[in-house]
Amino acid sequence: MRYIRPLSIEDAVGLLAGSAGTAAILAGGSDLLVRMKGGFVEPDLIVDIKAIEGLSEIRETADGFSIGAAVPCAVLGESAALKKAWPGVVEAAKLIGSKQVQGRCTIVGNLCNASPAADSVPALVAAGAKALVAGPAGKRTIPVETVPTGPGKTSLAKGEIIEAILLDKRPPRSGDAYLRFIPRTEMDIAVVSAGVNLTLDEQGVVRVARVAVGAAAPTVLLVEEAAEALIGRTLDEATLERLAKVCSGACRPIDDKRGTIEFRRKVAGVLAKRATTTAYARAGGK
Amino acid sequence: MNFDPRYSGRNFSSVGTRPIRPDGVDKVTGRARYGADFNMAGQLVGRVLRSPHAHAKITKIDTSKAEKLPGVKAVITAADLPDLTDGDASMYDVLDNCMARGKVLYDGHAVAAVAAVDARTARQALKLIEVYYEILPHVTDVDEAMKHAAPLINDAIFTEGLEEKPVKPSNVTKRSQFGHGDVHQGFGHADFIVERSFKTEQTHQGYIEPHACVANVSSDGTADLWVCTQGHFVYRQHCAQLLGLEASKLRVTSSEIGGGFGGKTHVWAEPVALALSRKAGRPVKLVMTREEVFRASGPTSATSIDVKIGARKDGTITAAEATLRYTSGPYAGMWAELGAMTAFACYKLDNVKTVGYEVLVNRPKTAAYRAPSAPMAAFAVESAVDELAKEIGIDPVEFRIKNAAQEGTRASYGPVYGPIGIGPTLEAAKHHPHMKAPLAKNQGRGMACGFWFNFGGQTCTDLNIGMDGTVSLAVGTVDVGGSRASLSLVAAEELGIDYSHVKAIVADTSSLGYNDMTDGSRGTFSSSMATISAARNAIKVLRDRAAQMWDIPVDDVIWENGQAIAKGEKYGNLSPLSLKEIAAQSGKTGGPIAGHSELVADGAGVSFATHICDIEVDPETGATRVLRYTVIQDAGKAVHPTYVEGQYQGGAAQGIGWALNEEYIYGKDGRLQNAGFLDYRIPVCSDLPMIDTQILEIPNPNHPYGVRGVGETSIVPPLAAIANAVSNAVGVRMTHIPMSPPRILAALEAEG
Repeated sequence: MRYIRPLSIEDAVGLLAGSAGTAAILAGGSDLLVRMKGGFVEPDLIVDIKAIEGLSEIRETADGFSIGAAVPCAVLGESAALKKAWPGVVEAAKLIGSKQVQGRCTIVGNLCNASPAADSVPALVAAGAKALVAGPAGKRTIPVETVPTGPGKTSLAKGEIIEAILLDKRPPRSGDAYLRFIPRTEMDIAVVSAGVNLTLDEQGVVRVARVAVGAAAPTVLLVEEAAEALIGRTLDEATLERLAKVCSGACRPIDDKRGTIEFRRKVAGVLAKRATTTAYARAGGK
Repeated sequence: MNFDPRYSGRNFSSVGTRPIRPDGVDKVTGRARYGADFNMAGQLVGRVLRSPHAHAKITKIDTSKAEKLPGVKAVITAADLPDLTDGDASMYDVLDNCMARGKVLYDGHAVAAVAAVDARTARQALKLIEVYYEILPHVTDVDEAMKHAAPLINDAIFTEGLEEKPVKPSNVTKRSQFGHGDVHQGFGHADFIVERSFKTEQTHQGYIEPHACVANVSSDGTADLWVCTQGHFVYRQHCAQLLGLEASKLRVTSSEIGGGFGGKTHVWAEPVALALSRKAGRPVKLVMTREEVFRASGPTSATSIDVKIGARKDGTITAAEATLRYTSGPYAGMWAELGAMTAFACYKLDNVKTVGYEVLVNRPKTAAYRAPSAPMAAFAVESAVDELAKEIGIDPVEFRIKNAAQEGTRASYGPVYGPIGIGPTLEAAKHHPHMKAPLAKNQGRGMACGFWFNFGGQTCTDLNIGMDGTVSLAVGTVDVGGSRASLSLVAAEELGIDYSHVKAIVADTSSLGYNDMTDGSRGTFSSSMATISAARNAIKVLRDRAAQMWDIPVDDVIWENGQAIAKGEKYGNLSPLSLKEIAAQSGKTGGPIAGHSELVADGAGVSFATHICDIEVDPETGATRVLRYTVIQDAGKAVHPTYVEGQYQGGAAQGIGWALNEEYIYGKDGRLQNAGFLDYRIPVCSDLPMIDTQILEIPNPNHPYGVRGVGETSIVPPLAAIANAVSNAVGVRMTHIPMSPPRILAALEAEG
């Protein structure tokens, strides 16, 4: 097993592209090290990206925010500007694992681990976040929902690294929120979850909406029908009920040790309703 | 030995205070040595290969490739642990559980083990061991296992306890029955009858420290074992028997213990580590992973219980009946029997009958878990009692008070009670402010009672007085809950000296006579009795030495407040001699001063508790939150009240986890799906409210200070108390533990 800590993204890409055996990227290690300790993976090459310049920074740009791939989730919570613009994304990142885990784990790692139950992913999908990918063929920007393709699988090619997550600048009267269901209060993985992102007009009517549901299908679902149920409306009882129904219907869950099909369907709708109510209030809706 | 254990009603100066525990600083600073903290020169790493199948014949094990791997020093299978149990069926089961002999009986059953120079080599070696299986049909559910068509786990098992000897083998190893009166007639006199069936899933003790040991077998037939255990003397006996060693040549030292709760009363890894060390000729350290702990150690029984209780309009119970089916893993047990004994122990009943069935399943061998078997029985009975109270229209506390057992009541399991605490805990609950606190929407309150026998057992203690007048106390009961602090208080009390001058340790098996393990809530009860006895023996010596120093007859010397006093006017000019003064002269008056005690601590007083719980249920998700929790329990006499409260809180916390989320989940393939703390959900700190406690002290007549065991009873009522609270919050009776959110939501949806 080789461990390398490159100083540039080009070197990291080169190492990964040129590796013969199995290779893994190490940022916080909160997934990788657990899997190695459990004997599930034994990579031939580990590329630690924490020393690469710029990867541990949150930058405010003209377009919005760029969150480096090595930024720990705890640091997201310390950025007042990010919290103000994207409270739903930050609250999702701050639900992962425990306080200790949040000091290590990253949202890019959470995305690339490709678990349908990843906490930050529904919030990022709802936010319309993009991933800046560096690879042997240069750089490209893709929507986050196209990264995971199934449990443990991503669309990234050999040698590709997500360098940063990009979040747009917020129009006025916008708000997002994320909720997950766990039987405990912390130290757990979502049984089902929902992320919602709204922009309202001056009358409080929803103009832009994105709704994502987690842990209810092999990948996080962007439920377009749910967004349609909200757009052009204020949050009356009937709208919320319709939203819940659509979200429940969009789920393709399984029965497993964490929950049943019926439970996930029903609670996906409940969480979507509650997250929408919070996002609406954050956007200034009354 | 002429020790009088009867309660004396004395006043206390040390007992009942709350000093800092002697093991506390080492524990919070990381100096304390737990099972995995011991190391020896040249030590190897032991690892165990486990069955991936729930039930299979082992047709062949080929270890040759693993043996050839550089760094591997020993590979063992059942062939390296020959059967030396000499017809002892339960020890044969222990042996078979340590290393499968011909058949694997559950997912996780050990089939081979290696000792290698490092963990990586040991892991690689496990991959090189080839095991050939012939897979057999399996059964993991208690009710399924009882069906005639169920796969047979052991075709040599014929149900015991039936009137006629069965002709066919069965997964039911034993039927047991308890009770008195005539339940049929009793139900005939009832105005209201509640009859319900309940299920509880299997849980694990969940101790934070995994099983760990270091074994060192020497070529001269002697051996050392350093191990995390609740009973090192019992481990010595079992390991010596299974390995063919002489008990006195196997020295077992118990480490600090990061939780046991009954799960460390049983050998799993230790005989394997000893066999590896014997074969390798080097010390072997064997530490289970958390996954192994779940798959192969613990757990408690899964159960299926039917309860029927009838009462008259005035609230008098006329008859009570229960049928209890408990899993014992793939080996015979007596878990349903304990459930059948405890089920109705809180009540004064003219007509009562309980029947227990011990059921084999392809799950790990059931081990004791804190008041083993009682919580599930209490869940079923206390749920039915609550429902019956509701049907009659009587307050559930009043209903229980009306039917509570008292001094002189014949218990449903046979004996007649002495002074007991069930009535007082109920009265205390009735008047507790918790009972009157307001509840909001979606909130419910529940209460329930619980019983545990408690145990005494064989105990041996040494008390040595140093020349500086300080006291070292060597006990043989492993300290699982602060007993070194409690026993130091008892020694200080009896000798009349300050607590800070006593240091208690847990001695190894070569330094002290045999002690039963710390189970049955016996640690402080029995070792305090032995400590009192040892201290009194030391006082005899102290008096004798004082008499020598004064040159007067020993009968004229009494012991009071930590000093010898010459009794009588003729000695008016003799100043008292302190323990310290007598100790300083001991070299000239006959040598070291010590007191020894060996006894069987009979008369462990039975224990009762009443719990009250408030819970909030989210009706849209089935999520629960425990808002308030109160434990009221009889301690007899709380020697160190802080640790008594700790036991009350700990039992309640474990009970809350069991009631709400903890369960073994098996797939259709018979494999355990959640062998880790992520998906086996014990409560985390933020899941629990502050657990309030109230200690009642109804002295045990059979202990000099009135002490009763306190460790276990606190886990008995929570399942029922929480089920009653949830049922009151949502208006639907919950009959399946754990009441996980999917189960609660499904129950709500079914109710419409």
